[in-house]
Amino acid sequence: MKAGSFMACHDCDLLHRIPAISEGMSATCRRCGASLIKTKKNSLERTLALAITGLMLLIMANSFPFLGFKIQGQVRHTLLLTGIQQFYKSGMPWLALLVLFTTVIAPLAQLLSLIYVLLPLKFQHRPPGMFHVFRWMQIIQPWSMMEVFMVGILVSIVKLAKMAQILPDIAVFCFMALIFVLAACLASLDPHLVWDQWEKNGCHPPR
Amino acid sequence: MPSTPLTAKTASLVSCTICHLLIRKHPAMDDSLGKCPRCGATLRSRKRNSIARTWALILAAFLFYIPANLIPITKVTSLGVVQTDTIMSGVIYFITSGMWPIGLIIFVASVFVPLFKLIILTFLLVSVQRRSCWRQRDRTRLYRLTEAIGRWSMMDIFVVTILVALVHLGAVANIEAQKGAVFFAAVVVITMFAAMSFDPRLIWDIKELEDARKHPA
Ligand SMILES: [Zn+2]
Ligand SMILES: [Zn+2]
Repeated sequence: MKAGSFMACHDCDLLHRIPAISEGMSATCRRCGASLIKTKKNSLERTLALAITGLMLLIMANSFPFLGFKIQGQVRHTLLLTGIQQFYKSGMPWLALLVLFTTVIAPLAQLLSLIYVLLPLKFQHRPPGMFHVFRWMQIIQPWSMMEVFMVGILVSIVKLAKMAQILPDIAVFCFMALIFVLAACLASLDPHLVWDQWEKNGCHPPR
Repeated sequence: MPSTPLTAKTASLVSCTICHLLIRKHPAMDDSLGKCPRCGATLRSRKRNSIARTWALILAAFLFYIPANLIPITKVTSLGVVQTDTIMSGVIYFITSGMWPIGLIIFVASVFVPLFKLIILTFLLVSVQRRSCWRQRDRTRLYRLTEAIGRWSMMDIFVVTILVALVHLGAVANIEAQKGAVFFAAVVVITMFAAMSFDPRLIWDIKELEDARKHPA
């Protein structure tokens, strides 16, 4: 963001002249208190590194067994996707789709689009269709609910503790790590920097 | 004399919701202003039909909230004994069996948050329609709060997902999802769309109208 240019607050529409702020500082709206700009140190590199780590963790969290359930000598291992499959089988396809979207598709789309946009930008290239990808990433963001799912896991473990023995598997630990990585990744992302980098790379916006 | 605060709208500018580029609004143009020259998002000075859409979604959510709380969300079979649970009976079970912190978490996420969101959004809509100037900053904060907490209502749906995945051992122990879970998921999704369709800038538009009337240029 160029200091001296203007931007409008997204919550109250007040115009602000963008102050000259150094890396790691932020600015909020003086009228409604909304966050306007948050600059981060090494935003591009850090977000990219975290997004790649997150992608690997997400793949692992979905391929390895997730939780084990032991009752009367019987052990049942489940994947993250097992519950979604159950919903589908018991005639609740919309519920299955909602859970699949909020716990797998949305986080995956978020991470993939971040890598798709940031990797070429880092090497002074212009990712084709970047604007559409970045726009969709911002639209999808509220639907990515991994941290809510994590609390759901904890509640379920407590709920079943009286009934049977719950054995956490590899995927649960991948999942926990993923939540922190994803949160750190989104926190280090500075969208304004992405637009600035685009303009700096000497590219011209579509149409 | 307080000067009229300069907003994008009063300055005949439109701010892109995605990339925050300011674009000069042509006087001939009305609501829809085409696409953002930088990122390609559809440009609008304010969200389209914000008040009508939010009202419709709130009413739909209130309607779904009733079956979501009355119809069971899970059916538990344990050693041949079948029991169905609604959201509230689950909460009561935890409180009576000495695990009240878990009961409280479920109550807040599944019962309190959706209702709180719907009441706050109703209040914001009514106050905007009555052109209220009352505590605009706090009302904007309240809006940001409803936007941030809505996702936590999904927790109970996720708990059901995990339960049906794990407890699937025929007559010994089996948990199945019931139709109430579908209604509840609908409430969560609809209230999220309702919060997204409300435009907090409407809270402040009134101020500009009032100021313009008091201090005509
Ligand atoms: Zn503001
Ligand atoms: Zn734009």
